Amino acid sequence: MNTQTPSLLKRLLFISLSLMLVLLIAMFLGLSMGSTQTGIHAFLQNLTGTGPSDSMLNTIIWQIRFPRILLATMVGAALSLGGLVFQALLRNPLAEPYILGISGGSAIGAIIGILMGFSRFPGVSFSAFAGSIATLLLILVMSSGQTILKKDALLLSGVMVNAFCAAIIMFLISLTHDSRLHNIIFWLMGDLSMVDIGHVGILAAILFPCFILIFWFSNSMNLLLMGKEMAQTMGVNIRAVTVILLVTTSFMVSATVSYCGLVGFIGLVVPHLLRLLFGPDHRVLVPACVLGGGAYLVFCDVLARVLPKQGEMPAGVITAMIGAPLFIYLLKRTRR
Amino acid sequence: MAIDVKNLNYYYGDFPALKNLTFSVTKGDFFIIIGPNGSGKTTLMKIIAGILKLQKGRLEILDCPIESYARKTLAQTIAFVPQLTQLDFPFSVKEVVLMGRSPYLGMLGLEQEKDLTIAKQALTFTDVEHLAHRKLDQLSGGEQQRVFIAKAICQEPEIMLLDEPTSSLDLAHQTRLMDLMEKLKNEKGITVVMVSHDVNLAAMYGDRLLLLNKGQIVHLGRPEDVLTYQTLEQTYGCTLLVDKSPLGKIPRVTPVPQKYMSVDIKDR
Repeated sequence: MNTQTPSLLKRLLFISLSLMLVLLIAMFLGLSMGSTQTGIHAFLQNLTGTGPSDSMLNTIIWQIRFPRILLATMVGAALSLGGLVFQALLRNPLAEPYILGISGGSAIGAIIGILMGFSRFPGVSFSAFAGSIATLLLILVMSSGQTILKKDALLLSGVMVNAFCAAIIMFLISLTHDSRLHNIIFWLMGDLSMVDIGHVGILAAILFPCFILIFWFSNSMNLLLMGKEMAQTMGVNIRAVTVILLVTTSFMVSATVSYCGLVGFIGLVVPHLLRLLFGPDHRVLVPACVLGGGAYLVFCDVLARVLPKQGEMPAGVITAMIGAPLFIYLLKRTRR
Repeated sequence: MAIDVKNLNYYYGDFPALKNLTFSVTKGDFFIIIGPNGSGKTTLMKIIAGILKLQKGRLEILDCPIESYARKTLAQTIAFVPQLTQLDFPFSVKEVVLMGRSPYLGMLGLEQEKDLTIAKQALTFTDVEHLAHRKLDQLSGGEQQRVFIAKAICQEPEIMLLDEPTSSLDLAHQTRLMDLMEKLKNEKGITVVMVSHDVNLAAMYGDRLLLLNKGQIVHLGRPEDVLTYQTLEQTYGCTLLVDKSPLGKIPRVTPVPQKYMSVDIKDR
């Protein structure tokens, strides 16, 4: 064994700094580009204060784009991390953050909120959050006792809850005919618009402790991948680790979903992409998912704002449009 | 005593898997548990490993009840090598072996220079040093098994438990692995407890054998005392030929197929 391989801390630092740079570039693009033709030059002038003072541009950049970019960063980070945790916990490479029924539950909550005419924040956010927490509790009750450690039981419970919820969602949609239908569809596709900086602050306060807690258990996730029995004989309290990670992750994902609906695919693709780049060590992958996932969603959101000639499309459309082909490509490459 | 078991019972629901077992394993022994399918071998091993919770009876590890061990302390005392497992994500050999140090490290498992040295020695001991940077899923079964043993050695245990480690290995790798376990016992003084289906390997390597059937002890003793054809035929319910191996005074067991039943064997 040669001692030239960089130690974990050095690798962690290097990877984190590189991804931080990628994230900053994505944020820079996000601030300078949008449906109004401002461009990078105008943004730089605004940033340095050299250009003509333009209060309109100021408002667009700092009160519309900036909170939106922060939201995209946090949502991308949380969803990627959620996918990573569930892939390790369920030992299933196809797991994603919504797999335990969070998407279905929160969607029902949000749709009911929209149909009852609640405002986007806090009304619909709250009803979506309530819906996903309700499904989490349902899953925990269903899998109480020994079954929580049987990965397929947990997985199947989640799939079933999602299937059941999908039926209810379709039912509710079929009853809706007016403009609320548009709101529902946008919510289901993931929508990062309509936030202000205060709301973003609340989300940050919820997510940050979750990130730290998950990082704290990153080595336990490594050991869990060796098989539950082996992990247990290496000093891991597998039941406690499973429950803590499950609840923390679901809570984190529920919080993001309540802000911006169902942004798809990012939680499936980003962990796989980063695992291919940096290997399977979760002590590296957890921070990498937070930074890389954030950058990915900011980038997708820029495309979602710039690509359409008129208006904008939900970021969830872009994440899947880029994510699905990328995922298939990676899958084919790794199978070889 | 390395392991002391008294009146141990274990139930899966209502089904009794182990009935009133009492035995002990001396420190530094090569102890092999044999018996037919469903005799409770693996259940017994999992209880000793701390995977299954003790239900009824007493179990002492190094003269302390197993309940008195903290998780990490138990992991520093007993290392467990399961049957060949499929790893979902491709860790490198070095990463897997270093994981063996986690019972000694904090939550994040940040390894020090000392841990790297121990890992390196373990890789050398099991003769997989040249594979250190390979991915585990690129290795053959025999190589993987030696990596997991290196990982177990990294735990610096007093007792090593192995669940049918030779079952998917070819002849050369079987003896190579058993030789390695003997070396571990002789050079590091580790007590080796193994579940095996291969009575002939058990006969050649085991200091003492424990023969289980339907959750009960049939016989416990030296190979030549346990592996008699009366005992084995009764336990396994098939016709067997037991003679002496040309290698020495160890018994050799040959199952007799139906078509050779009529062959006259003088000295069973």
